[in-house]
Amino acid sequence: MSSRLSTPNPQLNELGKIKHFLTLEGLKQHHLLEILDTAESFINPKTNEIKKVPILRGKTIMNLFFEPSTRTRTTFEIAEKRLSADVASLDIATSATKKGESLLDTLWNLQAMQAHMFVIRHAESGAAHFFAQHVAPHVHVLNAGDGQHAHPTQAMLDMFTIRKHKGDIFDLKVAIVGDVLHSRVVRSQIQALSILEAREIRVIGPKTLMPTHPEAMGVHYYDNIEEGLADVDVIIMVRLQSERMKSALIPSEKEFFKLFGLTKQRLALAKPDAIVMHPGPINRGVEIDSEVADGPQSVILQQVTYGIAVRMAVMSIIMSNAAQLAQHESEQASLALDVDNEEEAP
Amino acid sequence: MTELDIDVNELLDNISAQLRDKAVLDKSPKMIGIRTGGEWVAQALHQRLGLSDALGVIDISFYRDDFSKIGLNPTVKPSDIPWEVVDQHIILVDDVLYTGRTIRAALNEIFDFGRPASVTLVTLLDRQGCRELPIQADVTGMTIKCSQTLKVSGPEPLTVSILDHSEEPA
Repeated sequence: MSSRLSTPNPQLNELGKIKHFLTLEGLKQHHLLEILDTAESFINPKTNEIKKVPILRGKTIMNLFFEPSTRTRTTFEIAEKRLSADVASLDIATSATKKGESLLDTLWNLQAMQAHMFVIRHAESGAAHFFAQHVAPHVHVLNAGDGQHAHPTQAMLDMFTIRKHKGDIFDLKVAIVGDVLHSRVVRSQIQALSILEAREIRVIGPKTLMPTHPEAMGVHYYDNIEEGLADVDVIIMVRLQSERMKSALIPSEKEFFKLFGLTKQRLALAKPDAIVMHPGPINRGVEIDSEVADGPQSVILQQVTYGIAVRMAVMSIIMSNAAQLAQHESEQASLALDVDNEEEAP
Repeated sequence: MTELDIDVNELLDNISAQLRDKAVLDKSPKMIGIRTGGEWVAQALHQRLGLSDALGVIDISFYRDDFSKIGLNPTVKPSDIPWEVVDQHIILVDDVLYTGRTIRAALNEIFDFGRPASVTLVTLLDRQGCRELPIQADVTGMTIKCSQTLKVSGPEPLTVSILDHSEEPA
C-alpha cells in the first residue's frame, strides 16, 4: 500500500514529491534543481520577459499575510496571475482575527471558498507547518516566511539568481553578511546552499547577531568582514532586522556600517566578478553603501524579477505533483480492481 | 509489424512545392516550429524556402489540456518567437498531425503573443482518422493511417520510420 512509500517529511507526498513548500530542510538536490529548471522555462532567455501561461486556470490561490509585506506578496500575486490562477489576497492582520476568530476557523472558512493553495506569511515560526497539518488533503500550503524559521521561496530565487550569473553552485564560495540570528532568509539560504553543495558558505557579522554555534549550520564564521569577503564569488547582504531585536545587539546603525557595511573598498576584496545580492528591503548606509547597491556588480533588482519565475515554478510543481499523484492513485485503484476480478475468476 | 523508413527529403521537397503554390509565400511569412519534432522539420523547411526572418520555436507544454492528468512536462523550455506576431502571416510547422490537440495548444499560445494575420498549418505527416478536434493541415508531406505509428528523430539527420500495426491480430 501507499504507506510503504510514505515519508516522515510532511512536505512530501506518497511519491516523494513536493506537496507543501514549508522549508528547504529535508528536501533533496533533485527537488531544488527541478524548481530552478522549471523557473528557467518561464523566462524568455533573450528578453527576460515572463509570459502568462494557462496551466493553473480554474485553481484558486489565497495569499494570507498575517505580517506586512510588499515585495513578497506582490511577486506572489504576479506569479499566481501569470499562471492564470484565481487570486485572493487577504490582509488577515487587520480583519477576521481582530474579531476574535481563531486561526483554524479562518483557515476552514477560506478552505470552504474552494481554495487549492494557501500562501502564508506569519510572524510565528511554524505557522505554515501548522496550517499544512490542518488543511484538507487536496489543499496545499506554501510558506512565504514564518517568524525566524524559514523563507524557502526567497532562498530559491537567490539560488536561481546565483546560477543565472555564476553557473553551477557547487563551484562557488558564498558569503552571507549581517544579521544571521534573526533572519529566516539566511536559514533557508544556508540550507539551499548546503543541499546544492556550494564549495564554501561563510557567515560574517558581529557575534551578537549570530547563533551560538554558527559552525553547526555547516558554515565558516568570520567576525571580520575584510577576511570573510576575500576571494568569494557571491556576497549576500542581509537586512538588519531592528523590529525583531528585543535588546540592543549592536551599538548603533552607524557603528554597524563602519564594521560590517558593504563598501566599494570591501567589495574589491571579493573576486573581481563577484555579484552582490540582497533580499530587500535594503537599508542604504546601514548594511550596504548606495554606490554598491546601485553598482555594476549588484543584482538586487534581478532577484526581484526572478522571484516571479521561481514562485511560478514552485506553485506549478506543487499542482503538477498533485495531478500526478491523483493519476497514480487511480491507476493503483484500477490495478487493485483487476486483481480482485482475477481472484473472482474461476 | 513492418518498419518502413521514409525519405524525409522527398517529403520536404513535396511540402516546399506545395507552399510555393500558395499565396502565403508572397506575403513574407514567418515560420514557427513546435518543439521538438516540429522544430526540426521547421529548421529544414526554413532553410529550403530561404525565409529571411529567424525561425520561432514554441514549447506548448504549458498549454496542454491534460495538465490536471499528467502534470508538467519536466523538459519544458521557454518559447522563443523573436519577432512581433501581430498582423504577420505565420507558417506553423509540426512533425505529425494526430489528434489535433497539439495544434490547438500551439494556436492558443501564438494568440497569447498577438493576433496574426493568418496561420498556415504544415505537417510532415498526417495520421488521418484519429482527429479529436476539427483541425486539418493546409500542407502535408504524406498522409498515413491512424493505425500506423511513427518514430521521428533528429535534428541531424532528420529521419522518420513508420511502424505498421494494421496487419497484427487484435
